[in-house]
Amino acid sequence: MSELVALRDAVASHIHDGDTVALEGFTHLIPFAAGHEIIRQGRRDLTLVRMTPDVIYDQLIGAGVATAMVFSWGGNPGVGSLHRFRDAVEHGWPIPLGIEEHSHAGMAARYVAGASGLPFATLRGYRGTDLSARASSVAPITCPFTGEQLTAVAALRPDVAVIHAQQVDAEGNVGLWGIQGVQKEAVLASRRSIVTVEERVRTLDSRASVVLPSWVVSAVCVVPRGSHPSYSHSYSDRDNAFYQAWDQLSRDRDVFNDWIRRHVLETDTFEEHLALLDADAAKDGAA
Amino acid sequence: MSELLSTTADGAPAARSVTADEMMTVVAARELVDGEACFVGIGLPSLAANLARLTHAPALVLLYESGTIGARPSRPPLSIGDGELAETATAVVSVPEIFSYWLQAGRIDVGFLGAAQIDRFANINTTVIGDYDAPTVRLPGAGGAPEIASSARRVVVVLRQTRRSFVDRVDFVTSVGHLDGLDSRERLGLPGAGPTVVITDLGVLKPDPATRELVLTSVHSGVDPVDVVSSTGWPLRVCDDLATTALPSALELAALDHLRAVTR
Repeated sequence: MSELVALRDAVASHIHDGDTVALEGFTHLIPFAAGHEIIRQGRRDLTLVRMTPDVIYDQLIGAGVATAMVFSWGGNPGVGSLHRFRDAVEHGWPIPLGIEEHSHAGMAARYVAGASGLPFATLRGYRGTDLSARASSVAPITCPFTGEQLTAVAALRPDVAVIHAQQVDAEGNVGLWGIQGVQKEAVLASRRSIVTVEERVRTLDSRASVVLPSWVVSAVCVVPRGSHPSYSHSYSDRDNAFYQAWDQLSRDRDVFNDWIRRHVLETDTFEEHLALLDADAAKDGAA
Repeated sequence: MSELLSTTADGAPAARSVTADEMMTVVAARELVDGEACFVGIGLPSLAANLARLTHAPALVLLYESGTIGARPSRPPLSIGDGELAETATAVVSVPEIFSYWLQAGRIDVGFLGAAQIDRFANINTTVIGDYDAPTVRLPGAGGAPEIASSARRVVVVLRQTRRSFVDRVDFVTSVGHLDGLDSRERLGLPGAGPTVVITDLGVLKPDPATRELVLTSVHSGVDPVDVVSSTGWPLRVCDDLATTALPSALELAALDHLRAVTR
């Protein structure tokens, strides 16, 4: 049964140093508030899993919480490189980052296998690429019925999945809609799960195309705008300007460190960080 | 690109000067056929696909890897997951579903890819420049590209042409083009035809039907084929009946201007 708790308590009880953690959300519903809380609590030695490590993983990597990452596409969508990710891989700053990379199709299949309780998934992919040689979780397999050469990818079984959704109902069931990504599979593949939501309602909106029953979720935290600068369909819009601004904020180590200190380490909650962003924007507008 | 007196796709003189990127976008859009199902990446491919939808291919079906099928965005999205894609889509499906039921199952006519590096057999690198374990440049990685390259019926590749991006052999094969040439792709058993055209800011390259090596088949207006050869990291073959790409028509330019105006 999901427990309605403060985000601080959810992260403290469910995410531990050394854990494998998947924060999912495919360009939509990205759990930024939870990512910040992981940095704020000073977690270390995490293996971070995510199909599209974008700005949120750039922040986590730059803050030094991760020693490894499993992913399929690491960039700032529509903007360019992730500078903290590149600095970690190219120069080992702030600490070296081990990587295991896949294709999107491969990562999605790995989550499906994990959610299904199977050891691996099969797909028609990777053949002829240099990706297969680099990941121990990829192996060739022959179809026992047709003899076709296929690829097996090992199941993903994170310790914790973290997602953001629109709503939780009175019974603790979670509902989300819009671009649904791989969040359902990530939660069902993981041993524990934390869900941040925009609001608590009596009954879920009929638009909720994905519903996670209360008993498969460990903790639910109400964090309005908890996906900013990503968005929550029907609740908020994507803050494209922030993604563009991140390119400059993340280029320089000192500028990045200063941003993390002001916006994450020296704030108590994500709400405070959002208020700080709003105040900065008002100041820029007045200047 | 310099302004040149030349004719356009509709036979009229060009309405205004055209930049290299605009030329690349317009030529890429022309590759898409009305009614096809097109798997679109973000950036120039998305701009080109939406341009095609506004011009000659109103019934083009756009599929984004975020799981939106039949999206009809009013402006090109910044990310593949913008809300408008979901709001205007015929269906929104999960990421596992878009890659398995739609792409892998063979329902995609044309895939649209960019690249950091491409080689003479149209293999694509979006992973690293330099040594994998000590990279000069760490790139974003594979994303949806490997399976688009293997499963779409054909693949259109769009990238700027320089000696750094057009190399004899890519540093890392992220997505398979024509592998080692000849019939090596077929022997690997990949379902789709692979890259059938590579569009650059200088011209258009296509694989030789037999060897599968990329050959220059068309240059954009005002481009000297010698410059295309010197912008290529292998001895590029120029096809005997080299064409000159038609300049954008007034309609294409107007649609491009419209897309640019609504984006900002």
